[in-house]
Amino acid sequence: MGKKTLIMLLMAAMALVLYPLYESYQGSEELTELGQYYASNGVEDTGAANLVTSVVVTYRGLDTLGEVTILFLAASVISFFLSFGKENRIENRNMRTVTEILTTSTQVLVPMIYMIGVYIFVNGHLTPGGGFQGGAVIASGTLLMFLSNPNFKISHTVIHVVESTSGIIFVTIGIMGVIMMEGGFLSNKIMDFGTYGSILSAGAIPLIYTFLGLKVGTELSNVLGIFVESQNEK
Amino acid sequence: MEYVIMTTGFVLTIFGLYGLLSQKNLIKIIIGFSIFTTGINIVMVAIGYVRGKAAPILDSSDLLTNTSEKIVDPVPQALVLTSIVIGLGVTALMLAYVMKLYQDKKSLNINDYKDLKW
Repeated sequence: MGKKTLIMLLMAAMALVLYPLYESYQGSEELTELGQYYASNGVEDTGAANLVTSVVVTYRGLDTLGEVTILFLAASVISFFLSFGKENRIENRNMRTVTEILTTSTQVLVPMIYMIGVYIFVNGHLTPGGGFQGGAVIASGTLLMFLSNPNFKISHTVIHVVESTSGIIFVTIGIMGVIMMEGGFLSNKIMDFGTYGSILSAGAIPLIYTFLGLKVGTELSNVLGIFVESQNEK
Repeated sequence: MEYVIMTTGFVLTIFGLYGLLSQKNLIKIIIGFSIFTTGINIVMVAIGYVRGKAAPILDSSDLLTNTSEKIVDPVPQALVLTSIVIGLGVTALMLAYVMKLYQDKKSLNINDYKDLKW
């Protein structure tokens, strides 16, 4: 009796805390002051058609750097936690056989999934999407490869090289804004804005999002690889 | 419309909290946590909604004049993007802990872990 009642009481308390927010909420008719600033100056300042991207990459670029750092930290802690010595490794794990449908469709789908991922992060400044979303799509392609062949091994050297180079390039682009005196750290004004709405527009945003997408994609693939590999522990 | 989204968000938050507190299986606790986070994200997106306005992607020339009267707020959407990514990292980390705990004690029941209980 005790525990259930306590949970119910806690939930009621939570609902009580949330209720005033719901009560006082009414659909807004206009933007907040900050939103109005971004809406009216966003195109001029950043040249990106997708305003969410211009907020994420340029106006709040430092937040995004912090976000990438947190993701990197999570991936490092996971690989530290689940790593094990060679002597504890089972070489051949008994596994259910994978159906032919899965193996064949993997061969067809994985290149396409990777292509869609790259499309999403390259077009992040024009359409919904961006580095994080594209990276997640790429990692889902890697997950499909693991499902069709659980003994598949991803090359940790390639992953680490791609991941750390992308991270270093991301920070270097940020510092370039300070060196070239073009609007400070992580500004996208270091490159020409180009034609509005074309793929090579919005200054450094496509470049930043490309490396961000590569970094997130390899990082998440690496996490998946570690999860699969740690199943081989005795 | 915005009330539907808001209500969904709050209901998911409450149910996520219930799952978090009532379940004994570690994996189910993590699922409860994910539902909790999703509910909060939906509430944040609902707050940024402006009635009858377009998404903040200015791909037609019609949207380029008087932009601030035609689009929804981009700021909460950008914040939710950050929050989703961090939620993903936290979930992956929790799953790694659960794998390590399971290897140690061969049990997913939270009642079997009493090392830090007082």
